[in-house]
Amino acid sequence: MTVEAQREALFEYLLRLGDNALILGHRLSEWCGKGPVLEEDIALSNIALDLVGQSTLWLEFAATVEGGARDADALAFKRDVLDWRNFLLVEQPNGDFAHTIVRQFLFDCFHVELLQALSKSANQEIAGIASKALKEALYHRRHSGQWVIRLGDGTEESHARAQAALDALWGYTRELFEGDAIDEMMMQAGIAPDPGDFEENWKQAVGAVLAEATLTVPDANWSIGGGKKGIHSEHLGFLLAEMQFLPRAYPDAQW
Amino acid sequence: MVQSQITGNASEADEAARFQSKVDREIKIEPRDWMPEGYRKTLVRQISQHAHSEIVGMLPEGCWVTRAPSLRRKVQLLAKIQDEGGHGLYLYSAAETLGTSRAEMIDALHEGRAKYSNIFNYPVLSWADIGAIGWLVDGAAIINQIALCRCSYGPYARAMERICREESFHQRQGYEIMMSMAFGTKDQKRMAQSALDRWWWPSLMMFGPSDRESAHSSQSMQWKIKRVSNDDLRQQFIDMTVPQADYLGLKMPDPDLKWNEERGHYDFGAIDWAELKRVVSGDGPCNKERMTARVKAHEDGAWVREAAAAYGEKQRLRKQAAKIAAE
Repeated sequence: MTVEAQREALFEYLLRLGDNALILGHRLSEWCGKGPVLEEDIALSNIALDLVGQSTLWLEFAATVEGGARDADALAFKRDVLDWRNFLLVEQPNGDFAHTIVRQFLFDCFHVELLQALSKSANQEIAGIASKALKEALYHRRHSGQWVIRLGDGTEESHARAQAALDALWGYTRELFEGDAIDEMMMQAGIAPDPGDFEENWKQAVGAVLAEATLTVPDANWSIGGGKKGIHSEHLGFLLAEMQFLPRAYPDAQW
Repeated sequence: MVQSQITGNASEADEAARFQSKVDREIKIEPRDWMPEGYRKTLVRQISQHAHSEIVGMLPEGCWVTRAPSLRRKVQLLAKIQDEGGHGLYLYSAAETLGTSRAEMIDALHEGRAKYSNIFNYPVLSWADIGAIGWLVDGAAIINQIALCRCSYGPYARAMERICREESFHQRQGYEIMMSMAFGTKDQKRMAQSALDRWWWPSLMMFGPSDRESAHSSQSMQWKIKRVSNDDLRQQFIDMTVPQADYLGLKMPDPDLKWNEERGHYDFGAIDWAELKRVVSGDGPCNKERMTARVKAHEDGAWVREAAAAYGEKQRLRKQAAKIAAE
């Protein structure tokens, strides 16, 4: 494999990490001032802040790997849908609070596993960012997990809403564990794990919380993926239109 | 009966004298201390109004957090909004020490019985408005709040110290946004000037009515809830801000604004108090939107709060049952 191909694969891989964090952080930031209780408003904006911070680190590194033609902001604000590499799960709209929390919880459980593996990466830069992000992701998982339990084991209404969210989102989780050629190259180089490796751990972590929450693991016979290849849901275009508006409308401006 | 009433009055008068003497000697009043009913009411009104301003203030900024133009600006704005939520929390807690619950205060806000800072009833039209809010609105808030750090009520004064530190950071960030806009492209400069034009007068109104008109001022000064008069604080803000606008190369929207050598202060034009009155009484450009958004968030969140309470109660009963089983 050529050095150039390796560099391109690493760039793609870093975009995946950065894009997941940025899109989910952006979604959470849509809750600003609209949380069900003040403490949750603060918690959701705090998690959004962590994720946007993580995405900045991943995208800055991606920009360096790419060769410096674009910076992290150009990657965030000047790419269109086909060039985004995040999972479909994180771009799904917020829905009600149960939807947001369940989406977060399914991702957080994955994120913790991924970051644990990446903190042992042969690439020192990746290991460093992952170690820092892991501390935050552990807190995020605790927060979303506690809410899944409260909602599942709360009232009849909250249980129904949490189960509905789980049923609606479950089919997007298959994609989290599907490796492709880029993952394979990262694995070969000792940079990143095979995502399939931690599917079992994820299932156990999710299952334990859902059991405590008296929620049922969906028996989903559907799954949708494609985010890693830039095949997204229709929701992402609207999100980007809003997020990228200023740098697109005023391309010469510095902010 | 008559005798005990006299004793009661005498002791009330003694308490009041002791209270005022503590205030005069700069000893902080704490939650368990005796205090006049009017002092308690004034504080609950003022602190809850301040808390409501923090949470209503999250809405106009939240409207730009999804459109922040760079990763750094997005992080900064999220951090600022999060700080504001935190300020709301300490302030509600400070007000709760006076015996009114957060739920009661929030109901009063949603039912239109409590006020919040008038400034949040204006629309946030461009990214420069986010800069102007940090620079002017947080700048004005700091001037008010530094004076409140010396307030006679301990929990409020202490909450203010913590809040002031964070606010001054927000103000610097706001000014930095204004610099990038005012020194930027022609379009950015236009946004910056428009933001100053629209936010300047409402910022001056944040200090409240003129001392001659202020309904609450003199009693609050005696109780040392208020330490500096509205007009003095406003003058301090103007004197501080005019050179900052000059540095940005922006024009203040006040033709009467000029330095008065003799007074050692800027003179400024007449404030449109009729507008303040109109917006405070609910007829501003965004009053209805802000309240509708707050009430909607609260109503949409009712099932979540009920779920958390129901789960908490189940856990309590489970622990109790486990304890009985163990015995």
